[in-house]
Amino acid sequence: MSDVVQGSKQGVSVSDAKRSGVTDAVLGFFANHYPAIFAVAGCVALWQFVVWFFAVPTFMAPSPVEVFYAFGENGAILWANLLPTLLEAFLGFIFGNLIAILLAVWFVYSSTAEKAFYPIAVIIKSIPIIALAPILVLIFGNGIAPKIIIAGLICFFPTLVNMVQGLKAASPAMLDLMRVLSASNSEVFWKVRLPASLPFLFAALKIAATSSVMGAIVAEWIGSSYGLGALIIEATYNFRSPLLYATVVIAAGLAVALFFVVSFIESKVVRWKPDAQH
Amino acid sequence: MSEMLGAAQMMQPVRHTEAAGSAVSVKNLHIRFGSKGSEFTALSDVSVEVPEGALVTMLGPSGCGKSTLLRAVADLVHVSDGSISVLGQPPKKAREGRDFAFVFQEATLLPWRSAIDNVSLPLEVGKHSSSQPTADPEEMLALVGLKGREKALPHELSGGMRQRVAIARALITRPRILLMDEPFGALDEITRDKLNEELLRLWQETGTTILFVTHSIPEAVFLGQYVLMLESHPGRVKEFMKVELPYPRKLAMRDTVEFIRITAKLRALLEEC
Repeated sequence: MSDVVQGSKQGVSVSDAKRSGVTDAVLGFFANHYPAIFAVAGCVALWQFVVWFFAVPTFMAPSPVEVFYAFGENGAILWANLLPTLLEAFLGFIFGNLIAILLAVWFVYSSTAEKAFYPIAVIIKSIPIIALAPILVLIFGNGIAPKIIIAGLICFFPTLVNMVQGLKAASPAMLDLMRVLSASNSEVFWKVRLPASLPFLFAALKIAATSSVMGAIVAEWIGSSYGLGALIIEATYNFRSPLLYATVVIAAGLAVALFFVVSFIESKVVRWKPDAQH
Repeated sequence: MSEMLGAAQMMQPVRHTEAAGSAVSVKNLHIRFGSKGSEFTALSDVSVEVPEGALVTMLGPSGCGKSTLLRAVADLVHVSDGSISVLGQPPKKAREGRDFAFVFQEATLLPWRSAIDNVSLPLEVGKHSSSQPTADPEEMLALVGLKGREKALPHELSGGMRQRVAIARALITRPRILLMDEPFGALDEITRDKLNEELLRLWQETGTTILFVTHSIPEAVFLGQYVLMLESHPGRVKEFMKVELPYPRKLAMRDTVEFIRITAKLRALLEEC
């Protein structure tokens, strides 16, 4: 089995084992993803062509090359504004999910609490986040707090819903087993309910990872002088379109990076197949 | 092989004498489900004595309450009327004292735990005194023929292997009674035959009392020292008979005239239910 796999990769036979590993990784990545790579490259090329062919003014839509140069010219500004947004998104992610998880645990053990607070959670969820931002700025001022709250709020709901479902996902047979073993409630929670909920939790955390960045940026639109959100507003008003586009690329990159961090942790934590027995 | 026997011998001494006391004693048991008005009687006036060390198989049409009876013995179902005594104590006491273990139709392994960690789960939970004899998880896995698969996760094991892990987990606390609810029902016939033979070997080596629910007549006859047949609507005892076939039993025995005579008799009884 392993011989076959190696045989196919030995098309590039490099004597240096380390170099061969790197080459294999690069070639392997290219082999797996070449349709996506070509598609992205094609889109960028088309964008460059359209801007050049129709002579689109830079303030309206910059060409990819101009955006590329904007990264170099504004590197310091981008970096200085990336860090606060990352901090807000990260703290919002932590607090929003933590509260959602604790609330889900409470809901699972108290149906009264679930009946009382689930509707409130739904109402909060249905308020447009962009409408909530000014309200929070009025209450908490112009600091980092309203940004963290909005980033947290946006993470909160998907995690709550998934975690409630996950904590209820343990099969009746598993709970019977724990009863036959005379396990205590806390043993059932730590040994069965919580591990059984992890696949559900990570599904929500992956959504939360990207939406927490969105929440932080939206919050920065309202009266903030720092962060990627503020930079987007500033670049737009000053017609610095290449900088605007570069900021958008950085924001998307941040969201993707957080997504992959969560996915990586998931692959280390959830090594089982959830429906192996059903 | 010698290792596997060694593990088995460390368990309780072999006792299959009928003079022994009763392991499970059920008297005038009634079990009703649902609220008043829409009440459903699952079991009606069931009385049964299971001698210690016996292997009793339970047969009956679906809905006759054989699983309910087993679950009542395991303190998983509320008893409406009558009494159950497990080794002379109420089921709750017996459960807390780890006198019995339960094997479910599905292996019910925790999918995030390796085979060995699933086997040792009973040692990690519940109140149990450290003086209570327990077996070594590795020896238990070897006993069910899974030596070398200790680190495997449940989804890496076949259905038959998962059920073997579940049996090893049941045996780790050295229970005096093993309650099995159609444990091989979801397995293919070849795997099932093999596990049937191995269960008989385990029973003879350990002397554990076994209550085994099945919906297969040949399985009930092949395994059972006694067959308890229930009939339905409401569930009650139809027949409690001794299977007059010698142990050790081999699979080929199922083709003998004597075996077929007994299965035919049970089939006829089952049709009356």
